[in-house]
Amino acid sequence: MVKSFGEFLLFIQSMLTRKERVAVLWQRTIDECVIIGINSIFIVAIVSAFIGAVTCVQIAYNLTNPLIPKSTIGYMVREMTILELAPTITSIVLAGKVGSSIAGGLGTMRITEQVSALEVMGINSASYLVLPRILASMFMFPLLVILAMALSIIGGYLAGSLTGALSAQEYIEGIRTDFIPYNIVFALIKSVVFAFLVSAISSFKGFYTQGGALEVGAASTTAVNNSIIAILVADFALAALLL
Amino acid sequence: MIEVHNVQKSFEGNPVLKGITCTFETGKCNLLLGGSGTGKSVLLQCIVGLMKPDLGSITFDGTVFTNNKVDIRQEIRKKIGMLFQGSALFDSMTVYQNVEFPLKMLTPDMSREERRDRVEFCLKRVGLENAGTKMPSEISGGMKKRVGIARAIAPNCTYLFCDEPNSGLDPLTSIKIDELIHEITHEYGITTVVVTHDMNSVVEIGDHIIFLYKGLKLWDGNKDEILNAQVPELKEFIFSSSLVRAAKKVDDETEGGLAAATTDEAINI
Repeated sequence: MVKSFGEFLLFIQSMLTRKERVAVLWQRTIDECVIIGINSIFIVAIVSAFIGAVTCVQIAYNLTNPLIPKSTIGYMVREMTILELAPTITSIVLAGKVGSSIAGGLGTMRITEQVSALEVMGINSASYLVLPRILASMFMFPLLVILAMALSIIGGYLAGSLTGALSAQEYIEGIRTDFIPYNIVFALIKSVVFAFLVSAISSFKGFYTQGGALEVGAASTTAVNNSIIAILVADFALAALLL
Repeated sequence: MIEVHNVQKSFEGNPVLKGITCTFETGKCNLLLGGSGTGKSVLLQCIVGLMKPDLGSITFDGTVFTNNKVDIRQEIRKKIGMLFQGSALFDSMTVYQNVEFPLKMLTPDMSREERRDRVEFCLKRVGLENAGTKMPSEISGGMKKRVGIARAIAPNCTYLFCDEPNSGLDPLTSIKIDELIHEITHEYGITTVVVTHDMNSVVEIGDHIIFLYKGLKLWDGNKDEILNAQVPELKEFIFSSSLVRAAKKVDDETEGGLAAATTDEAINI
């Protein structure tokens, strides 16, 4: 465990020393933004809209006390979505999609000697292959989380209205009650940290894959597992530190 | 010229290279010959810097490569072209982009037009002038090797390394790849090192051959001398091929060197 962590730190260091030219990094980062961000919009949209909807319905189901106003449902949907569900669940979904893709892609490049080909050319393969992925993740994850927040709240609105759990007026009143802007900042800080963890851990696992196709699959699985655990640990640590 | 001095490498206490000392001459096809597991590929990886030897030194035209400053190693690496066993083409890029890649990365001052001319020249040189738009997954194994060679020579490399260039190819394509490597070596006067266990390659392009056995250099010479080498391990290796046995028979009958006994003659037997 300690050895792996040390190797991970050395991996990060190797990526930051002897960096490629800015123009190359920029182009690679933009390419990765498309792969990591744009290609993930659909799955993030579906997941977040349904999470908002289910959250709304389940809160309404549990909130039977007539003394509590129904607008509380909208308030709770907003708080849960912004503080926890949008950043954390979105990042876990992306750990599955993006993390496995990064680990699988780098693992395949490693076993087919494409990484060695870069090294022989005198190119810092970690800097060329990994740094743009990490930068792109740290840029795209917050944008996807903002999208997830909006769609979750809209999902809750639609679910609440369509099922008759509460009126549109009550829901809107709820989501406008006691809004704390810092919560958005907190969620975005979380998403940046989660992005780094998912992309760096997945890159590390993929980059050092040895063997064949079976090992590439195993590396992807390990990358997703470790990324999710890291997200949950970081989630607790950030909540304890920043709230 | 590449000089290898007393290179040793072991994995988990198991010695793979036991003090190899040899020289790869400029303008020649230098073959690293030996059976599987004799340390050929490990030596090649030590030379190109993909692996660090435990002991010993490697010198490129008088400049020490092993344990030297990163900048100096990088400068040497920019002069290296390598053809990998599996070609190692970047599968997200077209053939054209694969050949252009080292130019874009290593020669940022080169204009787009200059790059295009160089890529087109290299693709034409390997006979693939019409394959630029294809993806690596759309071309055959032999074509991949050609693209690999074009990519290796694109930045005007001084040293060309080929790791088993014939693996997975049919005999006819293998000969064509060998001929291409041989022609390029002599045309540009580069130092070429080819790892192989293919006796056809020895006959075709073996200007200078180094025979490795269990991590040791047992013999070195050229293709005309190899049949008369008095090293039992080398003899056993060479004559395990029925094709070479046939060629030797022709050789004895025609009193020529092995080169005189062409593959065609051997096939006729």
